[in-house]
Amino acid sequence: MSDVSEKTTKTILIDPVTRIEGHSKITLHLDEQGRVEDARFHVTQFRGFEKFCEGRPFYEMPSLMARICGICPVSHLIASAKACDQLLAVRIPPTAEKLRRIFGLAQVLQSHALSFFHLSSPDLVLGMDGDPSKQHLFGVAEKNPEIARHGIRLRQFGQQIIERLGGKRIHPAWIVPGGVSEPLTQVNRDAILAGIPETLKIVEHTLDWFKSVREKFREEITTFGNFPSLFMAITKPDGGLTFYDGGVTIVDAAGDVVASNLDAAHYPEYIGEKVESWSYLKSAYYKPKGYAEGIYRVGPLARMNIANHCGTQRADQELAEFHELQRTAVLSSFHFHFARLIEAMYCVERLEQLLTDPEILSKHVRSFARPNCVEGVGACEAPRGTLFHHYKINEHGLIQWVNLVIATGHNNLAMNRSILQVAKHFVVAERLTPGMLNRVEAVIRTYDPCLSCSTHAAGEMALQVQLIGPQGEVLDEVRRP
Amino acid sequence: MSKLRLATVWLDGCSGCHMSFLDIDERLLAVAQKADLVYSPLVDAKVFPEAVDITLVEGSVSSEEDLHKIKLVRQRTKILVSLGDCAVTANVPGMRNSFGVKAVTDRAYCENVSIGSGVPTEVVPKLLARVCPIHEVVPVDVFVPGCPPSADTIFYVLNELIEGRNPEVSTRTRFGA
Repeated sequence: MSDVSEKTTKTILIDPVTRIEGHSKITLHLDEQGRVEDARFHVTQFRGFEKFCEGRPFYEMPSLMARICGICPVSHLIASAKACDQLLAVRIPPTAEKLRRIFGLAQVLQSHALSFFHLSSPDLVLGMDGDPSKQHLFGVAEKNPEIARHGIRLRQFGQQIIERLGGKRIHPAWIVPGGVSEPLTQVNRDAILAGIPETLKIVEHTLDWFKSVREKFREEITTFGNFPSLFMAITKPDGGLTFYDGGVTIVDAAGDVVASNLDAAHYPEYIGEKVESWSYLKSAYYKPKGYAEGIYRVGPLARMNIANHCGTQRADQELAEFHELQRTAVLSSFHFHFARLIEAMYCVERLEQLLTDPEILSKHVRSFARPNCVEGVGACEAPRGTLFHHYKINEHGLIQWVNLVIATGHNNLAMNRSILQVAKHFVVAERLTPGMLNRVEAVIRTYDPCLSCSTHAAGEMALQVQLIGPQGEVLDEVRRP
Repeated sequence: MSKLRLATVWLDGCSGCHMSFLDIDERLLAVAQKADLVYSPLVDAKVFPEAVDITLVEGSVSSEEDLHKIKLVRQRTKILVSLGDCAVTANVPGMRNSFGVKAVTDRAYCENVSIGSGVPTEVVPKLLARVCPIHEVVPVDVFVPGCPPSADTIFYVLNELIEGRNPEVSTRTRFGA
C-alpha cells in the first residue's frame, strides 16, 4: 500500500455536464505524465421511487411514475400501465393499444427533437470548439435559423399530439391500467394528420443536412464510443422495429444475434445491476457474460443495429443506408444521431399509418377489472432505450415492492467507456481548451441520457484541475471561469 | 437598452417544468430577443453568474449540493421564481421524507442490486435528511405552482417580469395542474 500513499493524482472535473437531460459531473483522472488514465461519469442525485411507492394503490402508479421524468413521462406511463394491466390480468381493447402506441411515438418524436436540436445541434452547427457562451439553441438560431426553427417545430408537433390525446403536454393522466381514459375524437385525429406532411419535410431536410455535415466529424466518429459491445432492444417477433411491445433481443458487435425473443418479464435472469460507490446511477450488464464483459448499449443505435426493418417506406430506406455504414454492427456512438433521425422519420410515418386505421376512433378504449395477479412487469422502448417497471401488490391492491430498470442505466458502462476513449484522444491536460472538454460532454449527449432523477451540482468553477496529495490535501489547483 | 439576464435552474425535479418552458415553442425566440439565457441546463455556462435579473427554479432542495446551489442562486438573483409543485411544496421528491434516507437508499443500492451492495458515497452529494421546498431555505419572490405549470403560464410570468410587472398566477395555474 506504500506506493499508493506516495502517489499524487490529478483530476479534471467537468461540473456540471451541460446540455443533457439531467445532472451529472465527469472526473478525468490523470497519470503522472498528465495523460488521462481513467474517466468517470457521476450521476449526482437520487429520488427513491422504488421505496416511497410502497403502500400506495397500484392505480396511482402510472401518474406517479410519470413524474420520474418530464422528458419521457409517456414511456413511464406506458411501462407502468402495462405492469398494471398484468396486475388486472386484462387484455386491453385493440384501439387502446393503438392509441398508446400513438402516444408513445409522439413522445419519441418530441424527445428525439429535443436531443438532436436543442441539446446536440449546437455542436454540429457551431462546431465542437464553438464559443461556449454561444453554444446553445439560440446560438444555432443566429447561425442557421432554419435548423433552430425546425427543431422547435418538430418538438412542438410531438408535444401537441400528446396534448390533443392526453389533455396536457407533460404528465398527462390519460394512460390508465386497462387502456386509456378517453377515445380519440375525429377533430383531433384530423388535426394531427394535417400536420404530417410538413413534419415529414422537416425530418427529411434534417437528415439531408446531417449527412452533409457528418464528414466534418470524422475524428469524432472514430473516437466517440467506437468500441465493441452488445446491443439490446425490444423488437417485434419478426425482428422489426417497435417501441411498444415484443421480446428482448441482444446482438453482439459483429451484429449476430446472441439472444432473441426473451420475455421482458424475466429481465432479472439476464440483466444484472451493479452499484458503483461513485454514482447514484447503477450499471446494468448482460448477466450471462458477467459484469464489465456484459457491457451493452440501448436506444436508437441499438434499435437500428437490431431491427431488420422499420416497416415504413422512408425509414426503411434510411435504415438500409445505416446498415451500410459498417458490415458488423454500427459501433460508434456518434451514429446515435443518425439512428435518432431515422427513428424520427419512422415515428411520423407510423403515426400516419395508425391514425388512418379504421378502428382508431373506436369508443371502446378501456378494460375494467379488479386486481387479479400480485405481480406485474411492464416494458417498452423509451426514446433512449428499454424500460422495465416491476411491481408487487398485496390482496388489497397496495404496492408492496417496486423495481425500475431505466434506459440510461443500461448505457452506464458504455457511457463511462466512451468518455474515457474521447478524453484519451482529445484531452491534453497542460493546455486544456473548452473544446476538448466539450467533446467529452458531447459523447455523453449522443446517448441522450435522461438523468432527470438527478440534479445539478453547484460548480463554482467551470474547469478545475487539482493536484491532490497522499492525505487528500489539495497541493495545486488550476481554475478557469 | 441592455438585455435582461435570465437563468433557469433545475434542482430535484423531473425536468417537466423545463420542458414546459420549452413548450412555449416559437416564443422562445421572442424571449431570446428580450433576455439572454445566461445559465441553464440548455446552455454551457458552468458557473451560476453574478447579477442575474430573473431565475426560474425547478425542483425541491434534496441534497447538500441543492442547498449550496440555491443559496448561491439567491445571492446572485434579483427575482427568484419558485417554479412548479416540487419547488413550491417538495411534492414528489418529498414523498421520501416519511421513509427516511436510509430506507430509500437501502432499497435502491442494497436490495435491488446484483453486485456491489452499498450506498454510493464518493463524489456524489450527501442527501438531506428531509427534502424541502425552496422557500424553506431562501426567500422566494414569485410562486408558480403546477405539475408542471403550463407553457402559457410560464410565458405569461416571464413576460410580466420582463416588463416589470407583478404576475398574478392564481387564475392561470393551480397545484397539480
